Amino acid sequence: MKQIKTIAIKEFKDYFISPIAYIVISLFLIVTGWFFFSTFFIFGRADLRDFFSLLPIIFSFIIPAITMRLFSEEKNVGSYETILTMPVSFTDIALGKFFAATLFTASMLLPTLAYPIFISFIGEVDPGPVIGGYIGAIFLAAAYCSLGLFASALTRNQIIAFIIGCSLCFTLTILDKLLFFMPSKIISAIEYIGANSHFTNISRGIIDSRDILYFVSVIFIFIFSTYIVMHEKN
Amino acid sequence: MIEVQNLTKYFKDFRAVNNISMTIRKGEILGLLGPNGAGKTTTLRMLTGYFRPNSGTIKIKGFQMPKDAIRIKSLIGYLPESAPLYHNMLVYDYLEYVAKIKGIEDKEKRYDRFLQLSDICGLSAIMDKPIANLSKGLKQRVGIAHAMMTDPEILILDEPTSGLDPNQIVEIRDIIKTIGKEKTIIFSTHILSEAEATCDRIAIIHNGKMVADDTTANLKLGAEQNSLIKLSLRGALKEDAASLLKSIHSSLDIKIVDPVEKDLISFEVTYSNEGSKNHDFRSDIYLKIKETDWIIIQLIKESQTLEKIFRELTREDA
Repeated sequence: MKQIKTIAIKEFKDYFISPIAYIVISLFLIVTGWFFFSTFFIFGRADLRDFFSLLPIIFSFIIPAITMRLFSEEKNVGSYETILTMPVSFTDIALGKFFAATLFTASMLLPTLAYPIFISFIGEVDPGPVIGGYIGAIFLAAAYCSLGLFASALTRNQIIAFIIGCSLCFTLTILDKLLFFMPSKIISAIEYIGANSHFTNISRGIIDSRDILYFVSVIFIFIFSTYIVMHEKN
Repeated sequence: MIEVQNLTKYFKDFRAVNNISMTIRKGEILGLLGPNGAGKTTTLRMLTGYFRPNSGTIKIKGFQMPKDAIRIKSLIGYLPESAPLYHNMLVYDYLEYVAKIKGIEDKEKRYDRFLQLSDICGLSAIMDKPIANLSKGLKQRVGIAHAMMTDPEILILDEPTSGLDPNQIVEIRDIIKTIGKEKTIIFSTHILSEAEATCDRIAIIHNGKMVADDTTANLKLGAEQNSLIKLSLRGALKEDAASLLKSIHSSLDIKIVDPVEKDLISFEVTYSNEGSKNHDFRSDIYLKIKETDWIIIQLIKESQTLEKIFRELTREDA
């Protein structure tokens, strides 16, 4: 447990030592800010619904960029050997890196809290969807981080890790928009696999244990897959 | 302490390590020698749990790999080849990170250990520098500090002196010798003089196979079939000197070679160790020449070098 914390803190600090953190955070804020506020005054609604509906698609590009270095960089530099020969288990390493990435996405969301505060000056904001939205965003980010972590464990090349991560996250995001092409028998199953419907539920302020369970399962499956990849590759 | 049995490792179809067995006792310094690509690093990586062997067993202090991998890893301090570290960290932060992962929770203890290590490895001047800015030798020292962090019973060092300048090589060798008094050390190298100077025992690996495993002295003794004495005289005639030498013992093979200095005559005297029962002919030669008025300038018994043994064992056709 302590080792998970040590690894997580180290990886989290790493983001801020290198310029990655600042670049990714600025990019995220510019993109979300622009897309959100460009239509905000046209609709004239004092809520964050548009902001949260943008998140899955933005996350599927931003989060793989955050997670791509977690394993790939270590494998490339060779420090992977250093960490693997220290007395830590594979699970500790994978979890430490996962928490670091999740914590980083949370800190990336932190400045966006300015939006609800700002909106509350110009209109009445319903706190339920906003709180739900942020809880959902954290779950969604954590799930995508586990996907990105898995992609990074597959290769020593960061660009390949990014592309694999993007395609995995993007697939989960758009899956429920592809239902049109699916045979009717499996529609409900496919809809359940897609991340969007679960995130939308939570961000409406309805916190349902089934949606939480979905995100926890995705996180579990991909951290476990990361563990298997680590195990098989050595 | 360390028992390795029938260790084999394949990379796809390539057999990098082939059926290696060895035992290493407590307090021994074992040098692992071999040409490039012989399987030294792969063997060490299996011992440290970075690679899983395809077959064979590794037992360290009664613990079995990979079942007790974490226990074994905490017993071993490992310096990987070319010391891969986290380049964006400061040396101090890196050591702190390593100490925490290796389970030194107490802040005071950690600090004391850093002081000791910076003494041993000479790190005090670079504690606040980013690792990326360090030279190869300094990185190697940080790597050694990393390996020694918890004062482990076993140290495994993969080419600890590669790429260092001669001063640093001597320093690192001294470190190995000092800590080797209490610890079990395995290190790989392809510098033979280094192995000869520091190791109690030498294992030579070639094409993934163990071709020799013995103490340094035994290894030399076993490979020695002939002894060679180099002799240079002043004031003697070639023929006279040669016949005098021949009269010492009939088994001596005397060859006149190019003189080492201008006004000398030089000989190479060879004889088989078996025929002469390891008799040292230097005294006989000295006594014989004492009777004449010649002057002995040089009288050396050349011992078989490790280099020659190494070359014989690792020839491509061997």
